[in-house]
Order: sequence, then structure tokens, then C-alpha cells
Amino acid sequence: MSTKGDLKIALVGNPNSGKTTLFNLLTGLKQRTGNFPGVTVDKKSGRLNLPNGERSELVDLPGTYSIYPKTLDEQVVQEILLDTDHAQHPDLIIIVADASNLKRNLLLFTQIRDLNIPIILVLNMMDVAERRALKIDLRGLSIDLGVKIVPTNSHSGDGIDTLKDVITQSLVKPKRPFYDVRPLAENTIDAIKAEFDIADDYRAYQFAQQNVRLKFLSEENKAKIEDVKRENGFYDLPTQSQETLDRYALISDIVDRNIKKSEPSKRATLSQRIDRITTHKVFGYVIFLAILMLIFQAIFSWGDTPMDWIEASLGSLSELVKTSLPSGVLNDLLTDGIIAGLAGVLVFIPQIALLFGFISLLEESGYMSRAVFLMDRLMRNFGLSGKSVVPLVSGMACAIPAIMATRNIESWKDRLITIFVTPFMSCSARLPVYTLLIALVVPDETVLGIFNMKGLVLTALYLLGFFAALISAWGMKLILKTKHKGYFIMELPGYKVPKWKNVGLTIFEKSKTFVFEAGKVIIAISILLWVLASYGFGDKFNNAEEYVRLELPNDTSEQEFETKLNAYKLEHSMAGSFGKLIEPVIAPLGYDWKIGISLITSFAAREVFVGTISTIYSIGADEEDQLTITEKLSKEINPKTGKPMYTMALGFSLMVFYAFAMQCMSTIAVVYRETKGWKWPLIQVAYMTAVAYLSALAVYNIFS
Amino acid sequence: MRNLTHLKIQEKGTIKGFTDETLSVKLMEMGCLPGAEISLELIAPLGDPIAIEVAGYKLSLRKSEASCILLEEM
Repeated sequence: MSTKGDLKIALVGNPNSGKTTLFNLLTGLKQRTGNFPGVTVDKKSGRLNLPNGERSELVDLPGTYSIYPKTLDEQVVQEILLDTDHAQHPDLIIIVADASNLKRNLLLFTQIRDLNIPIILVLNMMDVAERRALKIDLRGLSIDLGVKIVPTNSHSGDGIDTLKDVITQSLVKPKRPFYDVRPLAENTIDAIKAEFDIADDYRAYQFAQQNVRLKFLSEENKAKIEDVKRENGFYDLPTQSQETLDRYALISDIVDRNIKKSEPSKRATLSQRIDRITTHKVFGYVIFLAILMLIFQAIFSWGDTPMDWIEASLGSLSELVKTSLPSGVLNDLLTDGIIAGLAGVLVFIPQIALLFGFISLLEESGYMSRAVFLMDRLMRNFGLSGKSVVPLVSGMACAIPAIMATRNIESWKDRLITIFVTPFMSCSARLPVYTLLIALVVPDETVLGIFNMKGLVLTALYLLGFFAALISAWGMKLILKTKHKGYFIMELPGYKVPKWKNVGLTIFEKSKTFVFEAGKVIIAISILLWVLASYGFGDKFNNAEEYVRLELPNDTSEQEFETKLNAYKLEHSMAGSFGKLIEPVIAPLGYDWKIGISLITSFAAREVFVGTISTIYSIGADEEDQLTITEKLSKEINPKTGKPMYTMALGFSLMVFYAFAMQCMSTIAVVYRETKGWKWPLIQVAYMTAVAYLSALAVYNIFS
Repeated sequence: MRNLTHLKIQEKGTIKGFTDETLSVKLMEMGCLPGAEISLELIAPLGDPIAIEVAGYKLSLRKSEASCILLEEM
């Protein structure tokens, strides 16, 4: 029971039962996302205002078909319900069931009802049931199941107010269990009840069934249960099998008694006809590709304008702070550190919002499961699943929303592999680097009569990323071992018109999560990089102005002096020292310390490379003008060889390095968030950097 | 012994039993109970996975899983 005043209510139900829509209707914008204590699964909770003025917290638990979990997500449901000391253990459970498919939905209901927690049954999607000409005797059903029933239609919002009323008066436990589990394992149940001081048979029975999985049990207690089971000859699977069959038999009787079909439902319906097209041998893939291209296009083109706005307004904010505050360390930290870091976070919001808008639309309409159905066989060759397709494609716009999109993948192994390989897909931040280097080293020639050499190189870079992702996934498939055997038993829900409120809330919630969770890390790293680039030790950094004055002729303009000074300071800053420090390491790739500094600063984000290069070669304030950078760089002479520095070998080596290396702290932050730890982002950085280094080394040697 | 993968598209069958115990529990939870009528609805373009109609809804599963579901002989 809850110790605080707030009533804890849990929403439980099958996937596709309209549970999330109901959650959105009950809580609206008063939602937040957090972690379940001790587990790596997201928790969506929200404030629910009850008519009697009581405060209550509604938790949306992951959708599940039974109390026996198949995935890590589902395990949370069982954990919270069985552990009475859990911080989220509910005072009241609302079970949401799809009224049009009641038999299967009631299995979960009967299991949870027997845990002896106050419970309400919501029969959702009453409109669909009506369309299917189902006559449901609610009174009879309520008596037979021994529970209060509230019919709702989450599309229209009917029944929501009644539900709120019923919540305030429903904190009564069911009097006796729906299904008596005792005959299945009498001795085992009694032994566990005595040992753990449990009152209910079914809870004790669940301890016996699930002891291995339950995290709240100590190893010692798990072993104790194991002993009890061995002594009494209790076998998990056959008993679970018997329980499921018995429950269904009871449910079947009740459903037959209380639900009448007034006519045999004709269901060679619209849904079926759409499926014949969407999973067609040819059209299926055509439609799928068309949808992917639309999403890709939208993220690229629609996202551009708002991204420009955000960049522009943060630019003006930075300018405003710079001019209105006295110049000094604080000013620089605010503008070049914090606001710059903030810009790096906020600028992705349009892409994240658009992507999640589309994904939510596909989920809501029911198409997503068809795409998964279509792609599963193909992706399995590479250790991925059908659901990996969407993240991989969105990765071509930006890895951040793409990695967040992997949440739709149930199998943890499939999801991890997808998260791991998605940053290989060429994102839009690589484009400025590619364009600069291609302009520098690739000749403007025509190949085979029609293809432009520069265009071919760019295409090759995109393909390179794609194949690196597939090959890495395949490698990981061989290395990664999982205890759980992966199933692919997935419901294909009927098509329906998406609910805009759900789409809107998804967009809002995902963007908010990104800004607050990933933002913290990104800003921290930005500040660190700012410190590295703006501080240095020694005389040359501290008295930079004098040294620069000595080097420059007297008639130098103030602006030129500033430019030179910035370059000089960067050279002698900590970042500069690091650049020189790593020079021996990167020398085999053909890089010097100037590129070294750029590698370090562009760890923040790849596009920073262009800005750093222009600072270090002290190219005027106009960083946008790539022509000047190109001209300047092409004149650069390699002091060792006396020949041009930016040769084809160096250019290709750098391009390949940027194609593979995980030069993006936002991605690292997101991987940290999604995998809930530093293990995977660190392995990923190490792996991708190694691939980048070795490929760049090979490329440099091949071309020089 | 006939199993689910032997059905042709739109063909109906009745579940008799399962060859894999672990999988059978999961499948029963999803409504694939012995005695239940199922029909093969869709086959993915590459031949796998497939989708069946059972207990009033559509369920997709891989062929390796479908071959665990035994059907009554006609």
C-alpha cells in the first residue's frame, strides 16, 4: 500500500487495446517520463484529477498479453504488481480491454484480478464492438467476472467521466479469486505463503512460477523457492499451460453467456483489402519505399526552415548576451560554451518532432506492424529485425531521432544492434564536411559520359555508411548472446484513422525528453570543449596578443588582427596542445596538428570541423564562404614534402574518417540515455573510432 | 503430421496441439488454443513470416514458430 497521500493507479492492458489513448485522455499534458526504479524501462506517468478532489498518479504500464512476460518491458508489469514494496505498486488497477476482442483480452484481466488488488475493468473500443454487431450484457459480465465494468470509447471520449467517478469508489478488493489456482500446486503454494508471509494463493503461485525473473527477490530467496518447487515436484511450464487452458475455459463460458453476435460478422473488410495491397509482393515494397522516402524528404526539407530559425534566434541571443554583458570569461562561457551547446540541442527539435510525428502516425494507423512484417525476413540476415528499418533510414537525416525511434523494437538484442549501427548511416551533419573536402580534392570530371565525379564520391560515401551499418550488425549478431529466445509473435491490428491528440502528445513528449535528458550531457560536453579551446598554459597563450603583433606588419587591419589572434590562441590552447599531442597518432593518416585540433573540437559535432579549420587557418570571419576556405586550403603546403597539403589521399582519408568516426556528442548522449548506461556508448565510440582510423589509414596509403 | 505451414492462403484449420512446450504457452496466451479455428491470411513477400486469423484477430509469426502448431487431419 502507498505510504504517501497520493493514490497510485496503474493502467494495464493488451497492446492495441487503446490503453495509451485512454491514458492521454485521462492525463492530457500532465505527463512525464522517467525510469522505473531499478529497471531500464521508461515509465510514463501523469496526474489524474479525480472528481472528489483527491490527488492521484496514473502510471501507464507497458502493454502485455499476460502476466508471464516475454520482453523486458513486460517484465516491469509483473515486477510492479507482485512486489508489494515497490515504489510504484498500485492501490488500484485499471485493466483496459478491447471490447471487440474480449476473449483474449480477458486472460490478462483474470490473472491480475487474482493478485487481489482493487481493480476496474474498462471495456474500450465499444464503437468497434457495435460495428461488429456484438451485443454485450455489461451487467451479466460484471457479475460473472466479479468486477466493476466501465464501457468507454476512447475515440470519442465517451465513458471517461464515468470512469473517474468509479475510480473514487472502487478501492475494494475482489472477495474471492476468479480462478482457483490451489489444485495445481497446493503444497508449493502453502510453503511459499508461509515462508514469505503472503495472503493470496495466486501471488504465492506467481512466486513459484517466476522466481528466476523476479528482481526484488534476493538470490537466497530465489534458491529457497527453488527448493520448495523441487520438493513438491512443481514444474513451471506444464502448470502454466494448465492454468492458461483452465482460465480460457472459464472465460469462454462467460463470454458465450454475455456476448451475443446478432449476425455472423462479415469481415472480408476494408482492413483485409488494404492488407492485400500493403503486403503484396511488389506493391508492398513500393508503398513501403514511398513512405520511407516521404519521411526522409520531410525531415530533410521541412525540418530545414525551423532549424534555420532556431539557429538564427540563438545566434541573435548569443550576440545580445555578448554585447550587453561586460566582456570576460563569464560572457565567453555563456555565449561560446552554454548557448553554443544549447543550440546544438535545440536545433534538432524540428527533426525529432517531424520524425516522431511520422512514426506515431504509422503506429496509430496500424501500418507499422505491416512494415515490420514485410521487412523481417530481409533484416534477419543481418541480425536486425523488421523494426530496424525505420531507425536506419531516419539515421540518414540525423542519428538522434533515429536512435530514439528504436524504442519500437521489442527484442533488446535487436534494439541494441540497431542503436549500435545506426550512427554509421550518413547523417546531414556529415554533408558540410563532405562538400568541403570533395570541393578540395575531387576533380570536376565526368565519368562514363553522364556521372559527375563529385556526385559519385558523395554517393559512395552514403553507401559506405550503409554497408558499414549492415556489416557491423552482422558481426554483432555473431558476438552478442542473449538468454531470452527471441519470438516474433506479433499482432497485426486493424487499420484505423490516427488520433491527432496522440500524435501531438508523442511529438511533445519525445521532444521534451530529448531536450532535458540528452541536453544535460550535451551542454556539459560543450562547456568542457569550450574550456579546452579557450584556455591554455604558458607564455604563448597568455601573451598571445604581443606575439601576434610581432608577427604581423604594422598596417594590419583590426579585423585581420582579431582573426590571427583567435587562430594563435586556439593553437596554444589546451585543445591546440592536444592537437599537437595526438599528432604522432594521426600522422600515419596524413594529418597534422591543425587537423588534430579540428578532430578534437568536431567531436562535439562533425560540422564543427569546417568552422575550426577556418579559424585555425585564420580565414576571415565569413565562415559560410566555403570558396575562401577551399582556396586557402588548396594553397596550403605540407612542410615535410613541400607539396600541397590537401592531396587526394588526405582528402579521402578525412572523408572516410568522418564517415565512420562517432564524432557527435549528441548521439553519444542519446545512446547513453537509451541504453541507460555508459557501457554501450563507450564501446560504440571505441569501435567506430577504430573502424574510422583503420579505414582512413588504408585509404591514405592506397591513394598516396 | 500437418502443421500450420502446410496451409494454403485463405485455408482454414483447427489447432490440435504443439510440438514446442515453451512456445505453446506463449501461443495459447495469444488465443491459439487447441480446438481453435485458424486460417492462413497473409504470407510475406519473401515467404516468411506469415499471418493467421485466430480468435477474431490477425497474428503474425515466423515459419519456424508456425511449424510448432499442429493441425487436425482433414
